[in-house]
Amino acid sequence: MPDQVGLELIAGQLSSAIPGAVLQTTFFRGRGTVEIAPGVVRGVLSSLRDEHGYRALMSVHGVDYYPEEPRLGVHYELLDMERVDRLTVKLRVPLAQASVESVTADWPTADHQEREVYDMFGVNFDGHPDLRRILMPEDYEGYPQRRDFPIGGEPVLFTYNDATSPGWTR
Amino acid sequence: MALTREPIEPGSFRARGLLARDMLRGDLEGLELERHVEQSLLLTTLDRAVAWGRSNAIFPATFGLACCAIEMMSVVAARVDIARFGFEAFRASPRQADLLILSGRVSIKMAPVVRRIYDQMLEPKWAIAMGACSSSMGVFNNYAIVPADKFMPIDVHVPGCPPRPEALMHGILKLRKMIQEDPDMGWRERYDAEGTEEVLSGAEPTGA
Amino acid sequence: MSTRSGYRAQEESITLSPLEEQIAAQRGGESTELLTLNIGPHHPATHGVLRLLVTLEGEIVRELKPIIGYVHTGIEKTAEQKAYWKVIPVIERMDYLSYYFNAMAFCGAVETLLECEVPKRAQYLRVIHLELNRIMSHLVWLGTSALDLGAISMFWYCFRERETILDLFEFSSGQRMHTRYFQVGGVIEDIPRGFEAKLREFISIMPGRTDQYADLLRRNEILLQRLRGVCPLDEATLLGLGVTGPLLRAAGNPWDLRKADPYTSYEDFEFKIPVGTVGDNYDRFAVRLAEIYESVKIIEQALDGLPEGPYITEDRKIALPPRHELATSMEALIHHFKLVTEGFRVPPGEIYYPIESPRGELGCFIRSDGSSKPARVHMRDPSFVNLQATAPMVRGAYIADLIATLAMLDPILGGIDR
Repeated sequence: MPDQVGLELIAGQLSSAIPGAVLQTTFFRGRGTVEIAPGVVRGVLSSLRDEHGYRALMSVHGVDYYPEEPRLGVHYELLDMERVDRLTVKLRVPLAQASVESVTADWPTADHQEREVYDMFGVNFDGHPDLRRILMPEDYEGYPQRRDFPIGGEPVLFTYNDATSPGWTR
Repeated sequence: MALTREPIEPGSFRARGLLARDMLRGDLEGLELERHVEQSLLLTTLDRAVAWGRSNAIFPATFGLACCAIEMMSVVAARVDIARFGFEAFRASPRQADLLILSGRVSIKMAPVVRRIYDQMLEPKWAIAMGACSSSMGVFNNYAIVPADKFMPIDVHVPGCPPRPEALMHGILKLRKMIQEDPDMGWRERYDAEGTEEVLSGAEPTGA
Repeated sequence: MSTRSGYRAQEESITLSPLEEQIAAQRGGESTELLTLNIGPHHPATHGVLRLLVTLEGEIVRELKPIIGYVHTGIEKTAEQKAYWKVIPVIERMDYLSYYFNAMAFCGAVETLLECEVPKRAQYLRVIHLELNRIMSHLVWLGTSALDLGAISMFWYCFRERETILDLFEFSSGQRMHTRYFQVGGVIEDIPRGFEAKLREFISIMPGRTDQYADLLRRNEILLQRLRGVCPLDEATLLGLGVTGPLLRAAGNPWDLRKADPYTSYEDFEFKIPVGTVGDNYDRFAVRLAEIYESVKIIEQALDGLPEGPYITEDRKIALPPRHELATSMEALIHHFKLVTEGFRVPPGEIYYPIESPRGELGCFIRSDGSSKPARVHMRDPSFVNLQATAPMVRGAYIADLIATLAMLDPILGGIDR
């Protein structure tokens, strides 16, 4: 993992390469996280790959920060296999403009993973070759993993509501 | 000489003979006739033989969904051997299968597919809901899972998460006993499960 | 019914002309008709409910689209509703063949957030169970893959060994599958007396059994023809697709998190990483077979070096106190009560904890907001990412090769769909 100093160096170089990119850096439990502005994600990831050696994108996943704003976050987990370094790049978008540029053109692994973030959180990825729902049925309405989406499920059957269960025989 | 009349016990050979004589004469009507037919048919050796044959040579459909599928594979494996009971021929095509072992959690996307496969099986057919997820919601009580009772009739529910192979074996043997003793299965009327077979002849499938 | 005819109309309206024109242009003007076939979701040859839309030209696969979601269980959302230790049984059922690995990733992430120290004995016990699980997962893969390829009797041999391993799991934890053995801070219980003897017996016979499986398959002409040179994929494409695990090692890249970024005392053990050369199906098969030997070695070293000590962390704010303490100590009672009703609280933060599962990099992302329930749990499942490599692998191969490649890919739909 890059230590705190290394993380600040990377953040500094990113800021000078793409002005206004880095919003915040966090060093927590030995791992570094760089929070970037949503519009520059492709440039930042390319810069990290070409100049700093983080050539593998291991995971793209979404987080719902409800009730803090901006609400929806997308995390990119980068890995440098030669030096065994990991870096997290995260961005946050508000619900009203939940759209991020897709990085699938540079990183083919993001294909299904961005579709999953779209399916579960509703974040639009511009430029994605095939943005459809991947885990839920294609005509499903709602974005299940948002924090204000109800958990759903069947009511637990006790004696008083046993008869409403479809498997009940008398 | 005093005339004594011995009471005829119902169900004895003499009583059945008298009933048969009445039926042949056309004297039995309504409920009595129904009951007589039922009794004599159920107790015929031929019917029992057919039920015995059916119960001992069931072809399960290969239908593994999730973790319970691995334990179902264990049932097929050598330690708990399902082939001892005649169930070894797992048929991939539902049209050739008799038993659908729903092993695993049924998600919303999969429920219509399962129903369609159940419809494609031909009568007589049975279904075992293996595991907690298919019988009820199991560990996951959320938006994504459907309990199998909601869309298809289930004959035996086997609890467990996943049920041990011995537990699944117990459920299968219970089903086998059910088939041998009571092949009627009229209880499925409440599921409106009659005539829901999908037969590709240009005709629309009836029922759910 | 109108919906039916609407569906048929929609089906008939799909044109494949761009692909057909492309192929016709390649052939110098000869046009050909392409057939789109739906394989699954209920199909004996897919490992789980995977649906594939294959576009075929004759028997050659031209395009492949996997459609998943048929076993989506909403595990990640369910995990947000439960206390941290209650999440463990839920998260175990994700990748249902490597349940110890799911629990390890989650517990490791929570322990990192809590900055909780796991005792050495617990780490060694974790390694033993993880490697046993790896062997078991590879055995199931071997049995079902051989079944797909037609070598049906392998299924019974592999499941024979699997039953022995499940006996060991039952011995140590009481359950065959989804054992809830790993807890935050260590393991739930120490191994009972007799476990070590049984385990030693197992590791003494396992290499011989694996030799038997290798003898059955390795030089079988049919297997070689079906696997050798079939559907290779080079390392650069695999890395671009984010593929890890035996698939990447078969292509020649020795990336293994147990060696590169050791966790749970893996640095104490000596083992090799089997690596392939060509990256075709046969290399994937051989790499997994060789990993079984290596796992046996690790288990033996862990068993020989098993230290004495506690099997779970001594911090009573995280781990339940032993039952006998409850009768004498008031604090133990209070800790027990708080842990069982509310659960421990985790300081706010975000962590991504990756481990090496039998299929690749299994990562657990947890965001905690300071309460006793996680705010977001995401498992980066290796099969979900590896599945994207199927399409590049099988383009230009026969359907039978597609089945063999799927078998060698070892996808577990529980992990893919979560």
